[in-house]
Amino acid sequence: MGATTIFYPMFSWAAIPVQHWTQPGGARVYLVESPAIAMVDVQLDFDAGSRRVAADQAGLAGITASLLSKGVAARGGEPALDENALGEAWADLGAQFGASAGSDRFSFSLRSLTEPDLLGQAVRLAARQIAEPAFPDPVWQRDRQRMLAQLKEAYTRPAYRVARAFSEAVYGSHPYGHETSEASLGRISVADMQAFHARYITPCHARVSVVGALTRAQADTLVTGLLARLPQADCAAAPPLPVVAEVAPLERAQMISIPFDSAQAHVLMGQPGYKRNDPDFYALTVGNYVLGGGGFVSRLTEEVREKRGLSYSVSSYFSPGRHAGAFTVGLQTRPDQAAQATGVAREVVAKFVAEGPTQAELQAAKDNLIGGFPLLIDSNRKLLGNLANIAWNDLPLDYLDTWTDRIGKVSVAEVKAAFARKLQPEKMVTVILGATSQ
Amino acid sequence: MGSFIRFPALSRNTLLPLLSLLFGFFLASPAVAQTATPVTQFQLANGLTVIVKTDRRAPTAAHMLWVRVGSMDEVDGTTGVAHVLEHMMFKGTPSLKPGEFSRRVAALGGRENAFTSRDATGYYQQIPSNKLEEVMRLEADRFARNQWADEEFAKELEVVKEERRLRTEDSPRALLYEAANAITFVASPYRRPVVGWMSDLEAMTPDDARAFYRRWYVPANAAVVIAGDVDVAQVRRLAEKYYGAAVSRPVPPRKPRIEPVQTGLRRMDFKAPASQAYVSLSYKVPGLQSPADAAPGAGEAFNRDALALTVLAAVLDGYSGARLERALTQGDNRLADSAGASNGLIGRGPQVFVLDGVPAAGKTADQVADALRQQVALIAREGVSEAELKRVKTQWVASETYKLDALFSQARGLGAYWVNGLPLDTDERLISQLRSISSAEVQAVAGRYFSDDQLTLANLLPQPPDPGRAKRVPAAGLRH
Repeated sequence: MGATTIFYPMFSWAAIPVQHWTQPGGARVYLVESPAIAMVDVQLDFDAGSRRVAADQAGLAGITASLLSKGVAARGGEPALDENALGEAWADLGAQFGASAGSDRFSFSLRSLTEPDLLGQAVRLAARQIAEPAFPDPVWQRDRQRMLAQLKEAYTRPAYRVARAFSEAVYGSHPYGHETSEASLGRISVADMQAFHARYITPCHARVSVVGALTRAQADTLVTGLLARLPQADCAAAPPLPVVAEVAPLERAQMISIPFDSAQAHVLMGQPGYKRNDPDFYALTVGNYVLGGGGFVSRLTEEVREKRGLSYSVSSYFSPGRHAGAFTVGLQTRPDQAAQATGVAREVVAKFVAEGPTQAELQAAKDNLIGGFPLLIDSNRKLLGNLANIAWNDLPLDYLDTWTDRIGKVSVAEVKAAFARKLQPEKMVTVILGATSQ
Repeated sequence: MGSFIRFPALSRNTLLPLLSLLFGFFLASPAVAQTATPVTQFQLANGLTVIVKTDRRAPTAAHMLWVRVGSMDEVDGTTGVAHVLEHMMFKGTPSLKPGEFSRRVAALGGRENAFTSRDATGYYQQIPSNKLEEVMRLEADRFARNQWADEEFAKELEVVKEERRLRTEDSPRALLYEAANAITFVASPYRRPVVGWMSDLEAMTPDDARAFYRRWYVPANAAVVIAGDVDVAQVRRLAEKYYGAAVSRPVPPRKPRIEPVQTGLRRMDFKAPASQAYVSLSYKVPGLQSPADAAPGAGEAFNRDALALTVLAAVLDGYSGARLERALTQGDNRLADSAGASNGLIGRGPQVFVLDGVPAAGKTADQVADALRQQVALIAREGVSEAELKRVKTQWVASETYKLDALFSQARGLGAYWVNGLPLDTDERLISQLRSISSAEVQAVAGRYFSDDQLTLANLLPQPPDPGRAKRVPAAGLRH
């Protein structure tokens, strides 16, 4: 082929070479070497998502993450750095670093050039932020005011209102349904953040994914450096983290209508779905592509948008995690069409659960998912997401190599059976916000 | 301001962030060991431009068709037609039924979407590279032979109206931008919303879209951009085979519609259901002009003011802890919950530099607006520090390396440069020129372009939502 290209392939594509080892400190490291560009992407995941926060402090995990960029404490002769000094330092390195919290994971991410001097400085700075956050109270008082104002603003937006009502109805008292409120913001203190950080951000629980122009030895050094300032513990002796209860199934259908002054009614419909380690994972992935995940060609898009022009956006998705995250169908439509659009969507879901996909639909789904597999891993950033998925969910190291085979083996009967096991259309929650009262 | 895309699920990115093509979330290496592979450009006999960038890291490719027509090429009464046509391009050709285009691309393992902005309309597929021929055949077919029935148009128009409701009518700030834009520009077609006014959508006919298609979708007004694991000779052969079949026609003349010089402050209050106030200040500034010598390797020679304005925006708001954040959002008596700055830089029409902010509780929009102006005035008076200048340059240079990781954004960047008449090595030229931008130049543009005479100030006055109020939908008689 082309003789003059400078880039060379990321790897042979026959197999994606995932390297994995556990450090003496307990961190589990996953690496894909990608030498073409002199840069590295790193993600560190800890079992400290919002599911580990009590209802009365809803928001604590995400707030702890956001406060981690607001200053590091002085230690060992190194001066404290405030939020502005940190921002400048990262910009001066041409590197990016951040922390965030989802329902399950508390994550740090680092992107840097691999030029040794720059990368060394970036790792040292990241290590301070990971281990020695200052959690300055005046900054928290200010940020709390900002969050309260944002929350108030969010209440005026239909998409936020409908999502919140849906989440509370689907999850009940489970932590997946805890929503940040004025009251919970009022109860959170920097001492809570310190305690949360000290309890959960430890090398024993770290899963670290690395993609970039580093060898295994260099990656190991990098990870050691990132975690070096955390207290080192004997992982074998450390008590396990508390068990979080499962999401309770819904007992009956629920219809929630919320009056709202908006140009569109917003509709969300669904129920608790499944856990990421469920053996039905592949059948549900293929099935949802047909039902509402496959962009332009899904059944929901065909019936709601293409045939009837009722909505710009209509889709369905599962959100599997440590617990049964919600199955969600969402659409928006002119207020006077809300009942009609909801009816069409409900019928599509019920029919799919009852009958499963056709053989032709199953084949079309496989053609897209299998044929498009290279698009899931054609950049360092995408590879990192896949690697972190393997790391977090304890998937086999050849997960990506076997993925297309596993998808290819799914049958119509398996999809139908999996959907029948997971979805009960007669017991779903439906939230309709802003419909014209008929 | 933003661009509108055909389908939401594939991308939550409603803006086509020209700035982030250059700057933004990818940062880069001063070591230049891995500069990008060269870009090849050629023209078919019918006038269509082809741009190819080979990148063999993975067996995938991005295939984009760019048409140099956007909402700025519309006329009053049919605003939004460029975007409606973009939707209709998925509705068939003599040999392809409605929806069949998407089914074929999906069967190839591809992902696809399309977008419309003020300057351009774009269609793209991301595919395994061994499927390139098939998507070129499909895209060339609809480019030359788009065809559909009136009933398809009627249904899709309803979808577009839902898109307008979703993105604009239920977003107080989007409504504010739309209204402010309409007074910032008087003669320039940039004054109209990309998605179109609702009454124009209500009145749009199938023949409006067909006429727009016939007029603007001509080979000499389009470019195909392909990036990825492809061979230039192979692309040339396929482009001639498929796109070469489109009949050559002249590109219609464009009226200049030059924006007259603004000679005084424009100020607008805008009421919408919201809780937070918001203020934006738009100043008319020069955009990037194509250099006199656009030959590859000819060097820099962009107008330096446009670049210095982008550096100014970065000094104000380019990183965490930059000037606006410090001055407006920190401290006991802080004025704002957030504050920002951005420079337009690239577009076929007139550009603006925008300062904006959300007042903190108990503070007013006027206080925020004054503080934003003062921050620019401070730089006009005292310049910026060498440390700030160096920091901004470091971020920009680093972003050039990070950009190499994202194939699709490279294709998008090349297409945007072509649409705007800029050379394909604009990235390299900008970096080269950026290195020599001085503090004095940043200081000078801060003084030159921020007079109130060039300002449009838009003020969002939040109104409590009223669940009891009548629905904001048109009367039944206005609907089709």
